[in-house]
Amino acid sequence: MELVFALVIGALTASGVYLVLRARTFPVVVGLTLLSYGVNLFLFSSGRLATGQQPVIGTAANYSDPLPQALVLTAIVIGFAMTAFVVVLSLRNLADNEDDHVDGQKPYKSPAPEEEEEVTGK
Amino acid sequence: MNHWLTAPILIPLLGGILQALMGYAPISLRRTLALATTVLMLVSAIILLVLADDGSYRIYAFGNWQPPFGIVLVLDRLAALMLILTAVLALFCHLYAIGGADEGNRQFHALFLFQLMGLNIAFLTGDLFNLFVAFEVLLIASYGLLMHGGGTVRTVPGLHYVVLNLVGSAIFLISVGMIYSVTGTLNMADLAVKIPEVSGENLNIVKAGGMMLLVVFGLKAAILPLCFWLPRAYSKATAPVAALFAVMTKVGVYAILRVYLLIFGDNAGELANLGMDWLFPIALATLAMGVIGALGSGSLKTLVAWQVIISVGTLLAPVALGSEAGLSAALFYLLSTTWTVGGLFLVAELVANQRGTADDRIITAPRMRNRTFLSVLFLIGAVAAAGLPPLSGFFGKLLILQSVEPGTEMAWLWSVILIGSFLTVIAYSRAGSIVFWRTVDGHLETPDPLNGRISVAAGALTALAVVMVALAGPITRYTDATAAQLYDTDAYIEILQTPMVGEDN
Repeated sequence: MELVFALVIGALTASGVYLVLRARTFPVVVGLTLLSYGVNLFLFSSGRLATGQQPVIGTAANYSDPLPQALVLTAIVIGFAMTAFVVVLSLRNLADNEDDHVDGQKPYKSPAPEEEEEVTGK
Repeated sequence: MNHWLTAPILIPLLGGILQALMGYAPISLRRTLALATTVLMLVSAIILLVLADDGSYRIYAFGNWQPPFGIVLVLDRLAALMLILTAVLALFCHLYAIGGADEGNRQFHALFLFQLMGLNIAFLTGDLFNLFVAFEVLLIASYGLLMHGGGTVRTVPGLHYVVLNLVGSAIFLISVGMIYSVTGTLNMADLAVKIPEVSGENLNIVKAGGMMLLVVFGLKAAILPLCFWLPRAYSKATAPVAALFAVMTKVGVYAILRVYLLIFGDNAGELANLGMDWLFPIALATLAMGVIGALGSGSLKTLVAWQVIISVGTLLAPVALGSEAGLSAALFYLLSTTWTVGGLFLVAELVANQRGTADDRIITAPRMRNRTFLSVLFLIGAVAAAGLPPLSGFFGKLLILQSVEPGTEMAWLWSVILIGSFLTVIAYSRAGSIVFWRTVDGHLETPDPLNGRISVAAGALTALAVVMVALAGPITRYTDATAAQLYDTDAYIEILQTPMVGEDN
């Protein structure tokens, strides 16, 4: 179980980081979501992995740590709100700049020559 | 248990909820209530400052849970100092905002107050995960505030700011998880007890967690490799928001002070002074980067935004050296620079309003209507920010320079701060002389007249540099005591033994 868990966290985080570094807002948003999934699973595992055990001390010989579960719950709620906000912000970026590039427009595209092209084209 | 500790959190929370519900009430009513909330918050901060000045720790345990098991608020001198710093800055920013900048967004006051609540939680909390929650509260309010104001200029800097901070939050959670997995606690006092006992293979996990925390706090504080989001975001923000954001980077500095002096301090065994040898060169490089940015900036607001980065470098360099005198000097400079930078953002906006299409860019333009008033304010702000005598920035830098022991570090710190200050003076005098003196003929059709509120707010915040010089004695006495208290970590750990209410029954 530990190996599968670690591989899942690693895959989620690696894909998340890769997507966050993309130049379009949609992959960045997806990347942030994957990153938060990876982080939540990691946080969950910080209380040690255990199956079928109670989160109450004294009721059984072994217990599962309830605190990381509370932390993950908080992190999920916050992460969800932040994702909603960043989606709205990316849409606003798309509407304002008519481009979903994270810098508003591609860095190599300077506006002045483009206007000239349009004029000669007409 | 001291219930006053919840006041700086509850006041903006209740005031903010009220604002959120009354978005359609007349604007004069909303403004009165919002300003009253900020004034009440300042009053509560003053009460807590008086309480904290006796040098003891006061705690508030939520739900009456004994400290390592529940979330606690802790009040000490540093927390009280940060509360008063924020409350004073917020009052003047708010006064400026109700001069007209709050129009066009019904939720401006709610966001502003929630931002203050997040800041106050961050300063008061004694729990690492609660610190994360506080960061998120202040960040989500700041996302909204950063986007406040018309036009499309803020979208891209806002997007960068949000994405960077979301990645920062993810790293924060990872480091919290790493530290928790070894120590089994997130209470700062309890961590300070548990960290020295960590050994063997667990040591590397905590070490990695601690260094990642430094990355997160460094992102908030805008230290060198993580500072390039700041100038664009701050220079595009509305003036009162940018001025309030002057304290946001100081939250990162506060978190570094709190966590690295208490948890990874001198007593932390093998992890003692974790990351501090990295922090000193990075702080100096941040300072140098800020100066280069200030010299190259094309508008007044960008110049002030780079000043934020300069002050972060100046603050962290003496902190990294780890002397009590250096910490005290840094705290004095912290007060001075935050208020000055806030005041300069407001002045830059007043200048921009009177220059038509030239805006706040450092170019020639028709003469301003209130040139004398604005130029005096800019002069006071620039002198205080660059650290020229006789204003508070000079005393802050002087104390920092005096605090270093002779040696290699002294040579580095003295040369970087002094050359940096000299180049900052050049940047300010270039900007000031072009904006205020080199005017062209012509007039603007409808220059906005200054109204009372915004000129009082900008003037008073800038004039705090003068007030701080007059009160330099009491302030340095307080910062000395704060530094001594911060290095005496044993006293902080004793809050774990605080008896809870009704425990005897």
